Parts: sequence; C-alpha cells; structure tokens
Amino acid sequence: MSVNITFLVITGVLLACGFYLVLERTLTRVLLGIMLLGNGVNLLILTTGGRRGVAPLFQSGLDPEEYSDPLPQALILTAIVITFAVTAFLLAMIYRSWTLTSADELADDTEDIKVSQKTAYDEEEDSPVAEDTTEFVDEEGRPVREGEE
Amino acid sequence: MNFLDLAPLAVVLPIIGAGAAFLARQQVKTQRLITIGILCLTLSLEAGMVAAVWGGESYAIHIGGWESPFGISLMVDGFSSFMLLISTLVSLAVLLFATSQGLADGDEPGPVSVFHPAYLILLAGVSNAFLAADLFNLYVGFEILLTASYVLLTLGGTAERIRAGTTYVVVSVVSSVIFLMSIAMIYAATGTVNMADLAVKLPELDQGPQLILHVMLLIAFGIKAAVFPLSLWLPDSYPTAPAPVTAVFAGLLTKVGVYAIVRTETLLFPGGEVSAGLMAVAALTMVIGILGALAQTDFKRMLSFTLTSHIGYLIFGVAIGSPLAIAATIYYVGHHIIVQTSLFMVAGLIERRAGSSNVTKLGSLVKLSPALSILFFIPAINLGGIPPFSGFLGKFGLLHAAVQNAGPLTWVVVGAGLLTSLLTLMAIIRVWARVFWRRAADAEVPNQELVDQAASVAIENAAGGAQNPALGLKLAKELEAESLPWGMRYSTASLVIAGIALTVFAGPIFEFCERVAAELIAREPYITAILPL
Repeated sequence: MSVNITFLVITGVLLACGFYLVLERTLTRVLLGIMLLGNGVNLLILTTGGRRGVAPLFQSGLDPEEYSDPLPQALILTAIVITFAVTAFLLAMIYRSWTLTSADELADDTEDIKVSQKTAYDEEEDSPVAEDTTEFVDEEGRPVREGEE
Repeated sequence: MNFLDLAPLAVVLPIIGAGAAFLARQQVKTQRLITIGILCLTLSLEAGMVAAVWGGESYAIHIGGWESPFGISLMVDGFSSFMLLISTLVSLAVLLFATSQGLADGDEPGPVSVFHPAYLILLAGVSNAFLAADLFNLYVGFEILLTASYVLLTLGGTAERIRAGTTYVVVSVVSSVIFLMSIAMIYAATGTVNMADLAVKLPELDQGPQLILHVMLLIAFGIKAAVFPLSLWLPDSYPTAPAPVTAVFAGLLTKVGVYAIVRTETLLFPGGEVSAGLMAVAALTMVIGILGALAQTDFKRMLSFTLTSHIGYLIFGVAIGSPLAIAATIYYVGHHIIVQTSLFMVAGLIERRAGSSNVTKLGSLVKLSPALSILFFIPAINLGGIPPFSGFLGKFGLLHAAVQNAGPLTWVVVGAGLLTSLLTLMAIIRVWARVFWRRAADAEVPNQELVDQAASVAIENAAGGAQNPALGLKLAKELEAESLPWGMRYSTASLVIAGIALTVFAGPIFEFCERVAAELIAREPYITAILPL
C-alpha cells in the first residue's frame, strides 16, 4: 500500500495542535481543539484508503484495481456526522456555561477542593468520646444510664 | 428462521421507542408508557436470547444479507447476550425509579421531557456496542451511548452539571478520537474492521505494529472503562447528575468499556503480551480508587470512587486470562452492574429522605427509615465482599484463578485485591456508622429536621413502652412513606433482590460464565460463526 506522506504530516500537525488545544482551560479553545482532532482523524482514515482511483461506482469492464477504496469514505462520512453533532452540543454547552458564569473557563470542582483541604483530623473518629452515649431516654427526653431508674 | 435473528431488535426497539417518546413529549403519561413498554419488550426478547445461547452457541447475524467480512455483522453469543440482559434489567429498574420520582414530584412537560427519549437512545447505544461484531460498529455504538449520556448528564443545565458535563464530554470525545485513530490504523494494517476477520489477520502482523494497535485500543477502552490513570474524570462528573442518571451510568457505561477490553484481549490479541502491564494497572486502579473513596464525605462521590476501584478486579481477571479468571470476570461484571446501580439508587433515596448525600449532615436513619437501611445494607456488604454474597463469590473466583499459576507480580495484585476489599468494607462501614447508626444530633452539621424526627420517634417509642414496642417503628414507616414514593423503594428493592438472585443461583450462572469463557478463549466459535468457511 502506498501512503501519501503529505497527508500523514498534515494529520500529525492537526492532531498535535488539537491535543494541545484540548489541554487548555478556555472552553472555546477546547472546542477548536476537538474540531482539529476530528479533522485530523478523518484525514488519517482517508490515507488508509491507499492510492487514488476511480470513483467506486460499478462500471462494467473496469479492473477492480482501478477503483479507490470506498470503505474509508463511508467511515469518514459517519465520523463527520458524529463530530458535527458533538461540536454542536459542546457549543451549546459552552454558551450555557458562559451565560451562567460569564466566564469562558472551566471552574474547579468545589467538592474536590474541600476534600483536598481536609486535615488528617477527623471530627467523627478522632474526637474524644463523650462518656454518656446511651440512646435510652426517659419521659422528659433525658438520657437514662445503667443502674438508674 | 432462527429466534436469534430477532437480536437486532434489541437495538432497533429502543430507537423506535425513542422516536415515539419524543413525538409524545407533551404527554408525559404516554411517554412513560412507551418507554416502560419498550424496555419490557426488549427485556423479554433478551431473556429469550440468553435462553437460546445458554448451552454455549454463537450466532452471527449479517445485516441486509451482506456476507462477512464485507457487510455489518452482529454477534449473539453467551457474553453479549448476558451483558444485554443484565443491562436492560438494570435500566428498567432505574427507569421505574425515575418514573416514580417524577410522578411524586408532579413533573410537567418541559425541557426535562427529553429524559425518556435520551434514556432509550442510551440503551440502544449500549445494546449496539454489545452486539457489534466489527470495530467501527462498536465505535458507532459508543458514540450513540455517549451522545445520549451527554444529554442526560447535563439535564436541566445547572451551573454545577454544566461544569461536570464539560469535563465528561471532552474526555469522552478524546477517547473516541483515540479509538477512531486505532480503527484507522488497524484498517491500514489489515484491510478489515470485522472482528472475526481481524482475529485471523492481526496475528500475521509484525510484533511492533501489533503492540501499537493493541495498546491504542486499550487506551481508548481504558478511558471509557475508567481504568487508572485514565479514571479520574469519573468521580468528577458522575455525582452531580440526577440520581437515576448516575445510577444507570454507574451500572452500564464503564462496563461497556470493560466488555470491549475483554473482547480485545480474548479475541483480537490473545497472546497476553501486555498482561504484566494490565496487572500493574489493575492493582493501581483498585488501591488508588478505594483510597479516594475513603477521603470523601459525599456518599455519591464515595460510590463513584468505589466504582472505579472495582473496575480493577475486572482488569485483573482479564490480565490473568485463564478460563476460570475470564469466567469470574464475567460473573463479577454482572454482580458489579447490579450492586453499583442499586447503591446509587439508595444514594438517591437517602438524598430524598434526608435532604443531602453528604455524610457529615446525616444520622439516625436506621431508626427513621428502616426499609432504607435494609436496602442500603444488603448491596453495601455485597460490595464489600462479605460471604455469601455475589461480591464474595466473584472475588473468590478471581483470586482462586490468580493463585493457580501465580508469579510474584500476581501475588502483589492479589494482595492489592484483598486490601481493596477490606478498605471497601471500611468505607461502607463508615457510611453505615454515620448515616444510619449515629444520632442525627451527633452529626458534624446537624440537620434540624432529622433531629426533630428522631426525637419524635424516640418519644413514640417511650410512649409505647413494653406493651406497644412498635409504635416508634410505625411512625418511622409513616415518615418514610411520606418522603419516599413506593415506586422508588420497590424498584430499588427489585434490584437488590436481583443481586441476591445472582448469589442464590450462583451455581448455574457461574457454570454458564465458564462455558462463555471457554468459548471466548477458544475463539474458534466466534470466528466460524461470522466468517463463511
């Protein structure tokens, strides 16, 4: 199978830029990165089809070797549609995020921060145990200890 | 005409249902009826499928009559139909839970009415991924379920959910890109994406390219299955979603990734070249996941960490690769889907009953909510691996398979597995001690409503005295019935019972898993079922 080296280089550049942008915190850049990734992969699939050929529509008398491989094209078509849907969804989500927080940045998880700031001291487990831990109460709600009436 | 020819309906029915449910988006009742009806229909179909392949048959369906490897094939064998049955069972229980919650809250048609269609699409994607017999169809299945999951995760579009959703969407898209890249490279190397064809052609490749393709697929599936170090997105994004959504995600989505990993390791790359790496990853997944769980104060976050932690056991089983290990893995997948989902449903119940899932705010629930305590206790100790429950049986099978031909690394992972089991128990007991056992007044941040309710139950108990000891219990039951609709309780209970059934019928189910594992390892049944010879 012959491979088009230009395509491969472009694929590499697109994927590298895409992954770099995805690592950003700014959501629009992440979106751009995802679009680049999608295009990069589509190009990669296209190169797997091998050399150029005649459109894969049956013509009598034509050698099968002459056709180009239709499968990668079908795969790309599916992949494009999926990327399109995901991009549209992300765009809507970014807009929503911008409306809610008026920032284009991904915020930290508040619960994560709480957990990371916790000290080794655990109130429930390390605090001194109160002497009176009975669950039995008398009529007025006072705890009843052993030996008392 | 074979009964198994109906298998594509497992994908088609939910999609048709989703369309119908979307058309009926203004009539909540119709929508509910459609969704539940479709799921019941799918469930009975899949029960029939499992019965048909119970003896260990593999049956391939060629969509549109196109011969493999040129057309799209679906594969019905023991593994795929078992996964289908369990996943539909779980989704039906969660759907009833969500419906009952919606009924109680009097939900009206609005933006949320997209829940039912999205839910059915999710199930269609999951079924498609299980049935797919070529890599690209597997990719499409993944994308269907992921796109539906994006919608479900960000339902309502609150700031918290959008934040969590962004991480989830970006991570999922990146994993899909990696998967697509590996498909492209596999096609370039072999000229096919049909799995049976690949099983024949991949071993003919040189070692180097084989390893690259193998590892790329594992990375793509590893992100979806939440295997350390690719698991950290999960506890970040799951807990903020609505309780039923988290429950169904926890049960199904990661297991689709695990399913794909098992197929890759047994069918496409059976040499076990990376089993040492998988073992190391399994040990890290287990230990780091469970340590994360111990650090949490939010019950749902803690459950998300145990979820990722226990994926480690499944990877461990795949890494060992012996027939017993694979059988135990399949059994453990079934157990884990049911138990994790029921625990997340219980988390939803706790949140509803007491207003929070943060353990620092809870207490007294064993007195205030006796039924809820039982619903929590059974799956919880099941997860912790206490005999005689299915969690113990699955872990026992895995560890038994591990020590049969153990090297030093395997022993380390066995140790990690036992440690994780113990720490899971500890995490669970801490929740039990705080949420259920202690007095609500002793909580770090006492919830006044709970404290008052606990006091009135205590007063009822005291008033009942020796003659009428159940007076407090009666009040507690009334309070419980008030806040928790019966549908939510019974749907959770049905899943808990399914978990117990997995224990009671462990004998025949495990024998079935052993047959499935033998088939998976032999590879021959899968390949000959699809490729015409």
